Amino acid sequence: MAADLKIALVGNPNTGKSTLFNLLTGLNQKIGNFPGITVDKKTGFCKIGDDKTAEVVDLPGTYSLYPKSKDESIVFQILADRENRSHPDLIVLVADATNLRRNLLLYTQVADLQIPVILALNMTDMAKKEGLAIDIDQLSKNLGVQVVAISARNNIGLKELKEAIANAPSIPTQEPGTDIQVLAPEAIAATGQLIKTTNPYFALQVLHQHSEMDIYTPEQHQQLNQIASEHNFESSKIQTAETVARYRYLGTILSGIITDTGAQKKFIMSDRIDKVLTHKVWGFAIFLLILLFVFNAIFSWSAYPMDMIEEGFARLTDLGHEHLPEGMLTDLLLDGVVAGLGGIVIFIPQIAILFALISIMEDTGYMARVTFMMDRIMRKFGLSGKSVVPMIGSLACAVPSIMSARNIENWKDRIITIMVAPLVSCSARLPVYTLLISLIIPDEKVLGFISLQALTLMGMYLISIIAAVLVAFVMKFLIKAKEKSYFIMEMPVYQRPRWNNVLLTMYEKSKTFVFEAGKVIIAISIVLWVMASFGPSDRFERIDQKYEKIELQQDSLAISTLERDRSAEKLENSYVGILGQTIEPAIRPLGFDWKIGIALITSFAAREAFVGTMATIYSVDSADEEATTIRNKLKGATDANTGLPLFTFATGFSLMLFYAFAMQCMSTVAIVYRETKSWKWPMIQLVYMTALAYFASLIAYQLLR
Amino acid sequence: MNLSQLTPGERGTIVSFTDLEMSVKLMEMGCLPGEIVEVERFAPLGDPIAIRVAGYQLCLRKNEASVIIIS
Repeated sequence: MAADLKIALVGNPNTGKSTLFNLLTGLNQKIGNFPGITVDKKTGFCKIGDDKTAEVVDLPGTYSLYPKSKDESIVFQILADRENRSHPDLIVLVADATNLRRNLLLYTQVADLQIPVILALNMTDMAKKEGLAIDIDQLSKNLGVQVVAISARNNIGLKELKEAIANAPSIPTQEPGTDIQVLAPEAIAATGQLIKTTNPYFALQVLHQHSEMDIYTPEQHQQLNQIASEHNFESSKIQTAETVARYRYLGTILSGIITDTGAQKKFIMSDRIDKVLTHKVWGFAIFLLILLFVFNAIFSWSAYPMDMIEEGFARLTDLGHEHLPEGMLTDLLLDGVVAGLGGIVIFIPQIAILFALISIMEDTGYMARVTFMMDRIMRKFGLSGKSVVPMIGSLACAVPSIMSARNIENWKDRIITIMVAPLVSCSARLPVYTLLISLIIPDEKVLGFISLQALTLMGMYLISIIAAVLVAFVMKFLIKAKEKSYFIMEMPVYQRPRWNNVLLTMYEKSKTFVFEAGKVIIAISIVLWVMASFGPSDRFERIDQKYEKIELQQDSLAISTLERDRSAEKLENSYVGILGQTIEPAIRPLGFDWKIGIALITSFAAREAFVGTMATIYSVDSADEEATTIRNKLKGATDANTGLPLFTFATGFSLMLFYAFAMQCMSTVAIVYRETKSWKWPMIQLVYMTALAYFASLIAYQLLR
Repeated sequence: MNLSQLTPGERGTIVSFTDLEMSVKLMEMGCLPGEIVEVERFAPLGDPIAIRVAGYQLCLRKNEASVIIIS
């Protein structure tokens, strides 16, 4: 779609900027990347007037043009670079009307860049309720730009805003604000000459943050550094002076514009709620209850749709096998591609539910309180208050949780959260644990009423959480912080959730997951399918000959199990099978034979594949059959080498530990790649988790043997 | 005296900052010299703290609060 006009939304966090963006663009939006920078770029299209289309980009929320995080640095880079594809023709500065002065600080900076700007005063209805009257016309006159009162939450003023956009002049009209030149006259002049700009504020900003900007050549960076040292340019000092000057300017602009009659009414309600929700005892108790609710919702609400999806894909596969011509292509399509697709779609219910609940918690302002309460504890382990939600979400599934870690502004805190989240025991490990526990733990009761098996299961969950916290603690020392860790956060007042936003978040996150992680998952599924279906041709020929002979002999006993014996033997001789035998020397000390090795390899796609693979290897009729069938088969299974029973307590426990720690989930690998936008972190994660799994199993097996 | 020494309910006026780099961030968030700050509550474990400043609620760690000199 070609746009007539490019608009950027700029504003502080918590001003309703994203709500306005959603209102303007509806479902007509997409998430991409800013070239070369690991920040999501949200763009959308919006009709302006009768015949014009505007491309709207939602820039990260920030309190000033001086960035505190990687996300925030994008704002100045886009606004500074006229050649950038996202450079706007017009800025809509979204400001919270209930806290105008602080919000206008960013306005004065943006206005000084000499790009046309419109000021959208959001939450004006709330300001009115609190007794704040703002003289919009006078404000507009003082600033020299159009000012529109809106309430994005209640869909008020959108028409007027669009009219203002349609009427916006293409040249800046803003009144000159603070005198910038006096801050560093010589340095600004020299920089202006070097980068050829007559805009003193632009020159000043470039001098401050050019090292973050890639539009300049190395020589230019060198020259800028020289200017800074020549003129004794002290960045922090000058920023302080600038901020003070801007606030002074705003003082004169705003005098007589705001009349406050019902002072601070808005806080009474919030304060009362906070007395309970951040209380020493009640605060934690309620938080725990909410967590329980979230955990339960992810597990139980998603069960039904997940069953439907599973069944649907199974039926699709069956239908395909019935109606499509038999052959390799059909098998690849159904058992490779469709199976892979099923493995992706199955996550959607959990992702949608987790993000619905998270977006409700954020919208209402509760998330800020959780962060406030938990920061102290989490900080000890190299995490932050904001890591709590991703960690809890990982009990259901690491994939949506890692996506939700984006709320963590501090880079180091976020990376550590992403790195340890997959250690927390997810729902995919549950079938593996259930099967193995039933094999090695007797069905007995402790103290007469606690099931020993349930106790073991709980122990596995505990082990996973302890491991995650300990690894985080170690990483705290290993990972170098790019920025100083600090915690200054606005505590928003409590508000009702916006259901449209909740729905949009569910849709957006699910879509992102399917398209981004989906590609990798499908690719690996196909590779695994090929490796499990093919082997060296001479071996496969021999198997086919052997079974043809059996078929000819008409031995009724052998024929009844013919097909599954044949597929079991084929799997053993496939490339996956050969690989299983190749890695056997390595996994032998953990108590595993090559058959378990095969299951470990197929589990790389997804942990739950373990049960199905074991079923195939041990020739259980079908994976859907009662779990007891598989269990009985496995109970009788003997070690392929020694002939002794395979599943001793030592082997079973060692295998459980392996599944607890190993990164056997390509969805997670794919999502970590997407979220960190490099292969470095998923690879480190893969290596450390595999090593952890290997040594934990090794030690456990050698001790218990 | 600095902001981290106040207990909930107490207030003071910002005079200056002891850390230049942090002062920029705090001023951007509305903590200007001359503003009145009131400590609203401590987190259940004593840190961070929530303060009322410039017409809204801000929370920060005691570490950051200690750079704000008040009277």
